[in-house]
Amino acid sequence: MTETTDDESQNTPADGPGDAASPAASDAEPLLRVRGLMRHFPITKGLLKRQVGAVQAVDGIDFDVYPGETLGVVGESGCGKSTMGRLITRLDEPTGGSIEFEGKDITHLSTGRLRPMRRDVQMIFQDPYGSLNPRHTIGGIIGTPFRLQGVEPEGGVKKEVQRLLELVGLSPEHYNRYPHEFSGGQRQRIGIARALALKPKLVVADEPVSALDVSIQAQVVNLMDDLQDELGLTYVIIAHDLSVIRHVSDRIAVMYLGKIVELSDRASLYASPLHPYTKALLSAVPVPDPKRRTERDRILLKGDVPSPINPPSGCRFRTRCWKATEVCTTTEPPLVALRTGHQVACHHPEPVTGEPAAAGGAGGKESTGGHA
Amino acid sequence: MTDSSESSGTSEDKAGTASSVEPEPEAGTVTEPEPATAPATAAGPVPAAGSGIAPTAFLEVRDLQVHFPTDDGLVKSVDGLSFALEKGKTLGIVGESGSGKSVTSLAVMGLHRASRQQRSKVRMSGEIWLDGKELVGAEPDEVRRLRGREMAMIFQDPLSALHPYYTVGQQIVEAYRVHNDVDKKTARKRAVEMLDRVGIPQPDKRVDDHPHQFSGGMRQRAMIAMALVNNPELLIADEPTTALDVTVQAQILDLIRDLQKEFGSAVVIITHDLGVVAELADDLLVMYGGRCVERGPAERIFATPQHPYTWGLLGSMPRIDRDQTDRLIPVKGAPPSLINVPSGCAFHPRCPYADVPKDNLTRTVRPELGQVDGGHFSACHMAPQERERIWTEEIAPKL
Ligand SMILES: Nc1ncnc2c1ncn2[C@@H]1O[C@H](COP(=O)(O)OP(=O)(O)OP(=O)(O)O)[C@@H](O)[C@H]1O
Ligand SMILES: Nc1ncnc2c1ncn2[C@@H]1O[C@H](COP(=O)(O)OP(=O)(O)O)[C@@H](O)[C@H]1O
Ligand code: SF4
Ligand code: SF4
Ligand SMILES: [Mg+2]
Ligand SMILES: [Mg+2]
Repeated sequence: MTETTDDESQNTPADGPGDAASPAASDAEPLLRVRGLMRHFPITKGLLKRQVGAVQAVDGIDFDVYPGETLGVVGESGCGKSTMGRLITRLDEPTGGSIEFEGKDITHLSTGRLRPMRRDVQMIFQDPYGSLNPRHTIGGIIGTPFRLQGVEPEGGVKKEVQRLLELVGLSPEHYNRYPHEFSGGQRQRIGIARALALKPKLVVADEPVSALDVSIQAQVVNLMDDLQDELGLTYVIIAHDLSVIRHVSDRIAVMYLGKIVELSDRASLYASPLHPYTKALLSAVPVPDPKRRTERDRILLKGDVPSPINPPSGCRFRTRCWKATEVCTTTEPPLVALRTGHQVACHHPEPVTGEPAAAGGAGGKESTGGHA
Repeated sequence: MTDSSESSGTSEDKAGTASSVEPEPEAGTVTEPEPATAPATAAGPVPAAGSGIAPTAFLEVRDLQVHFPTDDGLVKSVDGLSFALEKGKTLGIVGESGSGKSVTSLAVMGLHRASRQQRSKVRMSGEIWLDGKELVGAEPDEVRRLRGREMAMIFQDPLSALHPYYTVGQQIVEAYRVHNDVDKKTARKRAVEMLDRVGIPQPDKRVDDHPHQFSGGMRQRAMIAMALVNNPELLIADEPTTALDVTVQAQILDLIRDLQKEFGSAVVIITHDLGVVAELADDLLVMYGGRCVERGPAERIFATPQHPYTWGLLGSMPRIDRDQTDRLIPVKGAPPSLINVPSGCAFHPRCPYADVPKDNLTRTVRPELGQVDGGHFSACHMAPQERERIWTEEIAPKL
């Protein structure tokens, strides 16, 4: 849609200083380079399947992922996180933009030509119950990638699967058991073992812990952390939980209605978010400290996220933003770097050096009234 | 100790005769230190079940047991739970999935015994006192009359509570007219007013929408509107925001808080999220394996938690209000099966301190709730000095 914006962001040098698309201190080539990425799901009508519209699930996003880092992706339900994850792992095909993996354009590669890349990029899914075939043994499930890729690991598949089971903290004796015999946390470990089978370079994890109890969440988070150190993995971790995202990520992309609205180093984002939406999100996180309930300035957003079929013109957040002005309706704000390693797409960002707390108070006042 | 409830026949004849259940030593120990006239709170003493004495608290649960016989064995979903709650106060119940939170809330609402079929599948004992009436032994019809009027419930999944075929308005009108003798027009006006109250935009139009035309957050609000239409004095919210985004969650929690202030109801909020209870609860009850392992004023439990499981919950969650920590401290292992609850302290297979109490006590004797200090109770064999030392030296610095 807004071609200019996409072009502008594309022009920003990906490894230039002050560009949050890259980690501040890295000169390395990105492992993954995403430009203007788009996925519109057509809405068809009638027998002739005439297209009458499109769900703009992902609508022109740019980011890079560097070797060894973790990029966190947050946003509310329906903002396009999972769709983005499926695109960059090429489980789905983009309707626009480009994806480069290790400098190679994989945007529209056919299934056959994708095969070598499938070894390097793996996905971990949200649902530890649904993503494992109940009729296959654990050994069969974790061994599948070897068969699909026609790879014979040293010492045989069974031995390698048992090594993987140990790696993720399960017992090699679990080889012949079935998924229903495992708890949620254990099943998630099985999913991780399967993803790691072919020694991938990039692992995209879509809500890897959100279906788990907190105590178990922590086990899986720590495991993923250890595996990253041990195997030099690069992660893209998708989650809606801002506390989890802060814990696991080096850099974070905040999505809203198919767009990245803020992309920043972790410390900078949490200490002083520049986008009003990020501010509202952070202020809404419940904190396990009853003494703090009165001190906090919560920004209550009005209404719901608009439909991605008919997103608002200009800035997509404007229907819920307490700072919106005329220009927000007419012009889409481009994603630009306002601080080293911190990009934001907003016409009226928070003061770059400002006190986050002071600004929060003002915002809070104007924006309450989600209900009468 | 559950022999009596297991050997007895149907829940029907079991229900009213709470006196056949042996009083729990727990209740005995906790009542002692408090003067008999002290108002009971969730944190305070709860007399033994079987005393049959009406409590002073608005809601009081005594030694509640809810067991389900299944092909795999007897599921002891709730196994000796006691708490009390005053009007105008909020009690938070936290615990992992499968710890018995929902079963507890359904028990208070009388929903395990609502139909004959359900009654044949559950064994319930203990006492639930609501405003001076005992509900475990009451006729299901009597409990049904209270439901929706004196007590109401918000479920995790709004679609399970809203009928897809009827409009949101029709359902709220129905809920209102069951308990109020008014004409349809008055009831509809009330429905619009409630939808407005819970923040649905253009309530006079949206009242005619079907649930599927609402977003997730709006459905949750509609269900709250329906639950509150009769100004219930007790509201039970079971994971009311678990399926929602943080921004919507913040709206809903705010709404519950406002409504409680306005109507002075008693609220029980059930969740696995310690952040959510910290936002709302005056008192806190931590459940593990169908039992309470710690309870007391929320501020005190968050400031000086006593039970190793509570420490585990706090250590597992990354916190946005603290400096970034390098590592989370998970609880090892997985929650217990409620068919085969571990002997002694149900938490022992996962507890790093299981060997601190001498003589293998932890694995052989079930610890009962003991008072830590005013209104704060914990069920652990460790001596207070030991717990204090572990908390200050090992746990607190890492949170
Ligand atoms: N196959 C599809 N056909 C049509 N629309 C789709 C399809 N897949 C996703 N969408 C729509 O695209 C948008 C983004 O969906 P997506 O699953 O990426 O969201 P998400 O950010 O992962 O949300 P959640 O946090 O709920 O998982 C939604 O509006 C969704 O309904
Ligand atoms: N109708 C039932 N029949 C048999 N077991 C049940 C029934 N309802 C709940 N349970 C079991 O009781 C335990 C506690 O469940 P529940 O209260 O729903 O947990 P939660 O704390 O997650 O809300 C679980 O093990 C559950 O499987
Ligand atoms: S561009 Fe305008 S509407 Fe969008 S976030 Fe910034 S101020 Fe709000
Ligand atoms: S009784 Fe023993 S096992 Fe249970 S919490 Fe206390 S120390 Fe741990
Ligand atoms: Mg998703
Ligand atoms: Mg539940």
